[in-house]
Amino acid sequence: MTRAEEVADHHRRQDIRSRWLLTMPAIIVIFLAAIGPLLVVLLYSFMEKGDYGDVKYWQFSSEGWYSVFRTEDIFEEGVSTWADAHILIFWRSIKLALMTTAATLFLGFPTAYFISTRPERWREIWLFLITIPFWTNILIRTFAIQETIRNEGIINTTLIKLGLISAPIQIMYTDYAILFGMVYVYLPLMVLPVYASLEKLDFRLVEAGYDLYATRLRVLWRIILPMVKPGLIAGSILVFIPALGAYVTPRVLGGGKNMMLGNLIELQFGQGRNWPLGSALSITLLIIVTLALLFYVRNAARGGGHGH
Amino acid sequence: MATRTFSIKSMPGFTSIAMLCFALLYLPIFTLVVFAFNAGSSVAIWEGFSMRWFYKAFANEAIQEAALRTLIVASVAALLSTIFATMAAIATTRTAPYRGLTFKYAFINQPLMVPEIVTAVALLIVFSRIKIWSGYQGIGYILAAHTAFCIPFAYLPIRARLESMDLTLERAAADLYATPWQAFRRVTLPLLWPGILAGAMLAFVISLDDVVITEFVKSGGQETLPTYMLGQLRRTVTPEVNATSTVFLALSILIVTIFFFISRKRN
Repeated sequence: MTRAEEVADHHRRQDIRSRWLLTMPAIIVIFLAAIGPLLVVLLYSFMEKGDYGDVKYWQFSSEGWYSVFRTEDIFEEGVSTWADAHILIFWRSIKLALMTTAATLFLGFPTAYFISTRPERWREIWLFLITIPFWTNILIRTFAIQETIRNEGIINTTLIKLGLISAPIQIMYTDYAILFGMVYVYLPLMVLPVYASLEKLDFRLVEAGYDLYATRLRVLWRIILPMVKPGLIAGSILVFIPALGAYVTPRVLGGGKNMMLGNLIELQFGQGRNWPLGSALSITLLIIVTLALLFYVRNAARGGGHGH
Repeated sequence: MATRTFSIKSMPGFTSIAMLCFALLYLPIFTLVVFAFNAGSSVAIWEGFSMRWFYKAFANEAIQEAALRTLIVASVAALLSTIFATMAAIATTRTAPYRGLTFKYAFINQPLMVPEIVTAVALLIVFSRIKIWSGYQGIGYILAAHTAFCIPFAYLPIRARLESMDLTLERAAADLYATPWQAFRRVTLPLLWPGILAGAMLAFVISLDDVVITEFVKSGGQETLPTYMLGQLRRTVTPEVNATSTVFLALSILIVTIFFFISRKRN
């Protein structure tokens, strides 16, 4: 190594060291208040449950994971059956998250398309209108939805006044209420990435399609949708993940009975006093979310060169 | 005579669906705000205009205390997370890839990948143990949690700003014998400022927005406005909740509007 190379190498090392120092505060805070605690959850899921919540330290047990899907018979010892209640809640969470994703796709794509075809000056205003609800507290939005769909709410009172129905339709505390609320809350998360994709759409290709006598449906299906696929996938992931782990919306709109995974997890740390089970359920949710993200990353990597 | 032209951009029905979406997004919020001004105590039957629920909400000590706590938490979390995110952004941009760079990206963005409820119970487990060991029950736990999940949001606009910045000005400063600190203070920081401001505002709104994590981390009597409202929704709702929400809503809209104009000016 020559002297010059040595000096350059020394500078490079010093630069990297100071870059690590600068990142340290962020890394330490995130480790202490986000990543570290997740490792503790993993550990807790393998420990024996304490009598009044918490766990018995360093007494390992697979009970937490076992009871995610199986439950002991109350009357006969050693007899176990499938934990139907848990499976039902898993199924409801996945079903509602998928339905929310589908509904926001159906509503969000045309909305994003509408915004992207406005004159440039107006686009920002329409986008701004989408962002406002997005930045509004989720609880306020959920409360607003509750007031709309209640038995004495604006939908029911209007329908009764119009004479279309004689008694209010019970929407609150059903799966539909949760679905409705989640679509409302997560719609902006679909519109924004789809819009970002549509903004880059080259309408000369659309024109070429029409020149070749394609119908509108065919242009939509064969030209527009394939080109905005990355945005549609990004939007779907952005909606699906928080919808699957939703806690506030099902708690407020679903009442006590129509639980989703988030509420089941909370229950184990509250009245259920089964922290290992709650931890195992949390890790399960985290695994499903990570799989969804991996699916997205793989698709984004594959579709990256295709869209542009 | 007007001729019907074929517009390549229009799709049948799309405009109607878009209008339906905007109506769906704004009708509930609009109703909520209107009934905050209701004279009666119903949130569904209009009985005339009145400001009394606003007075009542402002006079409510629980709301005052929760609102103050919310603002303190959001300010401290926004300040700390923006400082940390700025340092991290400077350290992770404008460099040849080095070992550990990908690790840093993954680490900083990690809070975005985990469902809120999972982070919430994780913090509940760890913090409840620390609370017993140390005896400290203060607001520090909420601050730590909020700072952590605000960092990735503050980091994004700052990093974007840094990456689009010109290196030549800083080189010029160095050529003119500015010390690294002087160059940073006089050149980098002023150029970076809009990004930092945007990051801080994002962090502030994200902190205001949080219900779930605060609900699990707070000690007794440490309600923030969102957790206070979550408790209220279980009871019979009066327009007082509407009034509180309306003020909260106005604050969020104000910040988002400022954010909108800052980012617009930049273009």
